Formats: sequence, C-alpha cells, structure tokens
Amino acid sequence: MLKINNLHVKLEEEDKQILKGVNLEVPAGSVHAIMGPNGSGKSTLSYVLSGREGYEVTDGAATLEGEDVLEMEPEERAAAGLFLAFQYPVEIPGVGNMTFLRTALNAQKKARGEEEVSAADFLKLIREKAKALKIDADMLKRPVNVGFSGGEKKRNEILQMAMLEPKMCILDETDSGLDVDAMRLVSEGVNALRDEGRAFLVITHYQRLLSHIQPDVVHIMADGRIVKSGGPELALEVENNGYADILAEVA
Amino acid sequence: MALPQAKLDATEARLAPLSMPDGSVWATKAREDALARLNTMGLPGPRDEYWRFTRPDTLNAPDAPEAALFAEDENPAFSDLDRLCLVFRDGVFDSDASDDLSLEGVEIMRLADATQQDIHWAKDLYGVLEARGQTPVARPFAALNTAFATDGVVVRVTGKPSKPLHFRYLHEQTDSDAILHFLVKVEEGAEVTLLEAGPAAARFNKCFEVDVADKAAFHHIRSQGRDHERRAVTHIFARLGEESVFKSFTLTANGRLTRNEAFIELTGDNAQAHIAGAAMGDGDFHHDDTVFITHDAVNCESRQVFKKVLKNGAVGAFQGKILVKPGAQKTDGYQISQSLLLDEDAQFLAKPELEIYADDVACSHGSTSGAIDEEALFYLRSRGVPEKEAQDLLVLAFLAEAIDEIENEEIADDIRSRLEGWLLRHRS
Repeated sequence: MLKINNLHVKLEEEDKQILKGVNLEVPAGSVHAIMGPNGSGKSTLSYVLSGREGYEVTDGAATLEGEDVLEMEPEERAAAGLFLAFQYPVEIPGVGNMTFLRTALNAQKKARGEEEVSAADFLKLIREKAKALKIDADMLKRPVNVGFSGGEKKRNEILQMAMLEPKMCILDETDSGLDVDAMRLVSEGVNALRDEGRAFLVITHYQRLLSHIQPDVVHIMADGRIVKSGGPELALEVENNGYADILAEVA
Repeated sequence: MALPQAKLDATEARLAPLSMPDGSVWATKAREDALARLNTMGLPGPRDEYWRFTRPDTLNAPDAPEAALFAEDENPAFSDLDRLCLVFRDGVFDSDASDDLSLEGVEIMRLADATQQDIHWAKDLYGVLEARGQTPVARPFAALNTAFATDGVVVRVTGKPSKPLHFRYLHEQTDSDAILHFLVKVEEGAEVTLLEAGPAAARFNKCFEVDVADKAAFHHIRSQGRDHERRAVTHIFARLGEESVFKSFTLTANGRLTRNEAFIELTGDNAQAHIAGAAMGDGDFHHDDTVFITHDAVNCESRQVFKKVLKNGAVGAFQGKILVKPGAQKTDGYQISQSLLLDEDAQFLAKPELEIYADDVACSHGSTSGAIDEEALFYLRSRGVPEKEAQDLLVLAFLAEAIDEIENEEIADDIRSRLEGWLLRHRS
C-alpha cells in the first residue's frame, strides 16, 4: 500500500535535515506502528506524506499503491486514499462540522469520478458513524473542532476517517490527551475500520494505544531513520526500558 | 467659524447645478434649513478628520464621474422572494415597473406627493433625524441630500405587512447622479422588513431617516450593486423607542467608492440596534463604513459587526463609535471590525472608538486584520477539499458572524449565494 524509499526531508525555512533516509513498507491489511523519542522525525514523516508546506524532499520517494504521492497536492493525496489524523486537529470557526465533512466527501468522490452523496444519504451515514463514536448531534452541528475538548477533537478525527474511508490511514499521536475511556472509543473506531484493503500507520509515544490497536509491526524511529523493526513485543520493550537500550544497540 | 476658501469654493461648485424641487411650505422650509446647515459646514475636504480614510473629491465634484454599466444581472438580489418591489431608474421612481403600492399594514407614498400634503409624521421626520445626526460630527452629504433630494418614498408602517418592501435601484445611464431620500416611520408595535438592491446610478447619494417607535421593529437588508465603477455615499439616521428593534445588514460587492454612514440613537429603554456589513473588494475598490451609535436610555444593546474581504489593491475602512450618555446604565455595546486580506496589496484602516459617561456598562470593541489561516486551509485540503474551494469556505466562514445578523433565513441564503457567486468570479 504505502512504500517509502530512502526519504530525505529538510525544513524549507532553515537548512535542517529532519528525515535522513526513511525506508518503510506498509502492506494493505496491516497495521504498522512507529515509536521513537521526541524530535526523531515521526510527525514530520506524517506531514510530508500528507503534503503540508514547509518541507523539502531532498531525496527518496513515497508511493501509495504505486503512485508518487509527493508530487500530488494535499487534496489529491486525500482523494487517492491517504488520510492523516492530526495530532492537533485545527479549529475552523464559521464552518459547520457537517458542511465540512460533506464538502470533503463529495470533493473526493468528484475527484475520483464517483457519484456524489445526496444530503439525505449523507445524514443517514454520518448519524450512524457518529453514534458509534458517541458524537452527538450538537457536535456535528458546531463549527469544526471549535470548543471541542481534546478527546472530542480526536474522536472527530476518527469520525472523518470513518466517513471518508481512506485506504491508508496515518494516525499522528492520536492517543495524546485522551483519557482511558476516550482511548477505548477511538481504538474501537479504528479497529472497526481494519480490513484487507486498508492499511494503518500509527505514530505514538506509548505502548498503551498499541494494546488497543494491535500492530503487526512496530518500528523505532530515531534521528530521522527507522533504526529497528519488530513485532508488538518491541513496543513493550520500549514501555519497560525506554529507548536508551535500543538506541545503544543500533548505534 | 469661517470655512476655508477652498471648501467654500468646492461647496459652491457642487451646489451650482442643483436646484430644490418644489414642495409645500413645510418641505421647502426643511430643505432650506438643510441647505443652511450645509453652507455652515461645507462639503468634506481631504483634511477633515472624519474623511481621513476616504477621499471625498469624486463625491464633491459638480458632475458624477462616469461609471460603466455592469452586464445584465441575470439573477438580481431578492428576486426569488415574495416582496413588494419599487423600482428606481437612475434615481427616478418608475411606477410602471413597480408593484402596486397597496399592502396591508403599510402606507407608501412618493416623496414628491407627500411633500405636497400636510402629512404630520413626514413633516416631523424629514430632515429632523438628519439634523440631529449633524452633531457631534458633521455629515455634509446628508444635509445636501435633504436639501436637494429629487425623489424618494415615504413609508409609514402601522402593522405587520405580510411581505418585505424592496427598493430596487437600476443603473442605466453611465453619467447619472441620483439623490434619493426616504422616510420610514414604524409605528408602535409594528414591524417591517426593507430590502434594497442595486447600484442606482453612476453616483448615488442616499439618505434614510428611520423612526422606530416603542415595541416596533425595523429589519433592513441591502445588497449594494455590483457595478465596478459606481460611487455611493449613503446615510441611515435612526431613532429607536422603548423595546424597539433595529437590524441592518449590508452586502457590498464591487463599486469604486462606497461610504456607508449610520447614525443610530437608542432613546428608549431596552432597545436593540444591530448593524452589520460584509464587503468584498477586488481591485479598484474603496469601502468605508462609518457608524455612530448613541446610547441614551437604560438597558439597551447595540452590535456592530463589519467584515471585509479585500484583494488586489482594494481598500476597506471602518470608523465606529459607541457613545454612552450619562444615565444610559446597563448598556451592552459590542463592536467588531475585521478584514481578511487575501494578498499583500489590500489595505484595511480602522478607527474604533468608545466614549462612555455611565458607570454600569459593558462595552467591547475589537479590530483585526489578517490573512487566510494556512493551518485551516491545509486541514481542509488534507480532507480532499480543493484549494480554491477551501479558500472560499474559509472566506464565507470569516463573514459568517456578519451574515448571521440577518434574521430571515431565506434572505440570508440569498445573500450567501451572492457571496458564493462573487467568490467564484473572483478566484485568482
């Protein structure tokens, strides 16, 4: 599904290399996790993949089902099936949550040459998905993320993911700021979307999320590279011993 | 105080081609009083503090600068609504093109006819609110209007008419210079919605005097015409009685020069005045909202919400004042003026003012200028919304607080669709 090959990225504004040769392959149907200390480049990787401005790819490639995503505009990446659940979802005063989601869904469908969803069908669909995430009608009507608690914002991200049905889902520290109940809700939302045709890349600091969303592969990222990969037990090792041992081992 | 010679000359030159229409004794007296006021204050000059953001010279000029006509407007504002429509062509009332003026709960009469009769309420209003609005700051174009208005309509609302009144201003001559004066008296407990739309003329001077009696309500929504080269100076003078409501919203898209002034006095307790505007400018566009709200009663609320979207050299200006007089306790005054600058060539000038002589009041004002929120733009795009569409969505979101001041949803939708159309035409 997602293939990243020798990806080098630096900040546009300052001459600072953040990613220094990332290699990663996430096949359809799998869940991969990336863990790593602060400043290792995890969030940069998610931003570069989703097309945020301010980064310059100096070498390497990233493809989604064989298509070069780095050449696409952010909206084209979304239509191609890429989705980033933001670490800090953005508040947009004046734009209703429902209007936003319907505009996004239909824009994607239009870009793919599919038929747009009618207002009635959309309403039915969103009510059903929102219910599972315990998002009430009021939250759907309010402006996007405005006045939402940290947990509500993250649930709203998962709702968007459930509505847009992307193929490749990147979750950037979706567990940050969540209490135990919210974490369970969010994880259930993610697990409900797991299937053969979809892949996940879960970026997190903590093993806790990975006990809810069981990964197939865990990668450790440090200093702009993936330095170690393994099974779920790798996450447990980090939880118990921190990164020092692993980093010493690969140094 | 003697006026500077330059001002005297400019005023004299402007007045030379004008003549006072015939009227009854009372109308002529009101017009002559207004002319006397005008001669005392003179027309605005570039050094006048109240005109520091806007050059008055083209408004002062003896002849109206030419303004090309906009291509046929395929979907004029409010045309889908059930309303009573009055048509003005380059400032002249066209009764054939207008609807029948009879409607339950409202009396409508052409100004020229009203001034021939002894209509007490009109006599007590014509030039009266305008004159009150000349202090503490002079509004010479309004005095000029009272003195020389060539046409207009007087409206007395006695009930709750079943549909809105709509003044439709057509611009058909490239050099037309229109001066229209309107009186609106909303009697106790009555309620009316007044719509205005269209460019009116190459140069348009319009004055409204609105008297809202106790427990009455006046709703006003206007869409100023989209002719790129037209110029306009407009005034609304309003006096609000006890528990009355005044709500005014203006959409301005295009126009080379627009100065919209409002002078609103809350004179009865528990009255409410909301005035809002959304202005869209691309290129040679100068839009000035100048608002003066006086709280002179207890427990009144006023809101000023002005939003401007500017690009490609367009200029927006805002001068807004809340004056709270001694004894106007429990005043709730709110004022916000904001601009969204879509590029680095656009400019926004703002002068918010509060002057408070009571001690138990809550007044706030804010003024901001900013660009499109890049974070929000990226967020929308990351969900699949194309860049231009995402930008339009954010512009509409920026304007939402002003549009939300329109109570009638059907009218608000009409305004929204006009904004969407403008944004589509002005994508860069």
